[in-house]
Amino acid sequence: MTDTPLPHSSRDAHDIAHLQLVPRKHVGRKVFAAIVLFLVALLIRAFVVGQIEWPVVGQFLFAPVIIQGIWNTLLMTVAAMSLGIALGVLIAIMRISGNPVLEYIALVYVWIFRGAPALLQLLLWFNLALIFPTMGIPGLFEFNTVEVMTPFIAAMLGLGIQQGAYTSEVVRSGLLSVDAGQYEAARTIGMTGMQTLRRIVLPQAMRVMVPPVGNEVISMVKLTSLASVIQYSEILHNAQVIYYANTRVLELLMVASFWYLAIVTVLSLIQSRIERYYARGTRGRTTI
Amino acid sequence: MTSEILVKAVDVCKRFGTFKALHEVGLEVRKGEVSCIIGPSGSGKSTLLRCINLLERIDSGAIWANGELIGYRRDGNKLYELSDVEIARQRRSIGMVFQRFNLFPHKTALENVIEGPVQVLGESAKAAREHAMELLKRVGLADKAGNYPAELSGGQQQRVAIARAMGMRPSLILFDEPTSALDPELVAEVLDVMNDLAASGMTMIVVTHEMGFARNVSNTVAFMDGGRLIEHGPSARVLTQPDNPRTADFLKAVQR
Repeated sequence: MTDTPLPHSSRDAHDIAHLQLVPRKHVGRKVFAAIVLFLVALLIRAFVVGQIEWPVVGQFLFAPVIIQGIWNTLLMTVAAMSLGIALGVLIAIMRISGNPVLEYIALVYVWIFRGAPALLQLLLWFNLALIFPTMGIPGLFEFNTVEVMTPFIAAMLGLGIQQGAYTSEVVRSGLLSVDAGQYEAARTIGMTGMQTLRRIVLPQAMRVMVPPVGNEVISMVKLTSLASVIQYSEILHNAQVIYYANTRVLELLMVASFWYLAIVTVLSLIQSRIERYYARGTRGRTTI
Repeated sequence: MTSEILVKAVDVCKRFGTFKALHEVGLEVRKGEVSCIIGPSGSGKSTLLRCINLLERIDSGAIWANGELIGYRRDGNKLYELSDVEIARQRRSIGMVFQRFNLFPHKTALENVIEGPVQVLGESAKAAREHAMELLKRVGLADKAGNYPAELSGGQQQRVAIARAMGMRPSLILFDEPTSALDPELVAEVLDVMNDLAASGMTMIVVTHEMGFARNVSNTVAFMDGGRLIEHGPSARVLTQPDNPRTADFLKAVQR
């Protein structure tokens, strides 16, 4: 009997109103958690008894070559993502500038650099010397493409430029999410278009942009592993160098996995802090 | 009233696609005058207001404010469109208060007020802050200076918006239905601030449905209908003995 009808006397109603409230038990959640924990335990056991020598993993976890790889991975993530965000903001502003020339340039940029696989773009930049042996402005300066297009530069350009195409769409949706009244209010206090973007619109768009951009940073950490193909010595490349020598393939892949996961974990924590900063002045989060 | 003319519109036309929003509208507002624009929805009141500070571009006609032709520069017998920067400069001295407040949600009440003075007028942060606190005190919100707009009621937000407009030390403030988005019990606090502003000699053009404000505070009332300015005169006369039968019909409808 779950139905409690309206009592006839106000005294009864008063009694009911003062009964103790018992929260829902959520039995289902507890059962589900137990099942998940059991499955995780099985998985861990499988890896422990499997054909992998954990002491070797431990031995290489902090090897200098691996640590060097971590730094290079972080460096490439920062370099490529900075280039990507700078290009993304620029392209997004061009898209909404109202200037048809800029709009078409932006459209073609996104079309081309979103259209080709990242790995292919890395290879193209790295081998640019095959098309243009020398680059420069005639009479001013000139250099050999091979010397400039190091693995670092090639990877940064390849990853950063294709990232710019994706990030521009994130930035554009952020700009569109800001109410037209904000642009108007900024205009009425005498702001120019650029001031309006910088002071009023972009800071508000950030709130919408941070989660997807954070997502892209995390995805960039892993995309940098593509640079191993063009001899950039990041985590995966250095792990491979070691296992070509000692044939401990799986152990070193475990080392690499550990570090990627560690970096991504730290970045996720930073992301949630940034989200909280840009959510100031708005109402809190929601659950369904 | 014999003071100088601050706003003058001549034969202003504005089209949205095939819809004629303004049809040869003329208007004169003198310095220190409070002018209400009344009329049914879609009559072009807000459009006229938005043309004065160039949120909308006019198709023909001319508008002067503060002695300058708005949006164009005359050279010989041609009018050349001004640049983004020049238009921004013209807007500095024309404040605007919106129906939906449009406060900057990522800035506190105080930051909303000092944004223009610091970023646009180049005032020092300290001077702008002092002036802003004075203004917030004047609209009765000194204690809310550190609050974000989402933490304020509609009436409080609109009062901050008025303080923001005044922060630019404008010679004219445009009000676009400033009380229409407010809960009924919050209308009075905003009208009080506007009364106070009118008493201080601020030139105001107010698009409104508040007949009490039009009657008691404004000097002149303009009635618009179908994109035309039907009549414009001293508020007492227009509201009690209008020349035009359409004005009379409208007043009868709103003053049931």
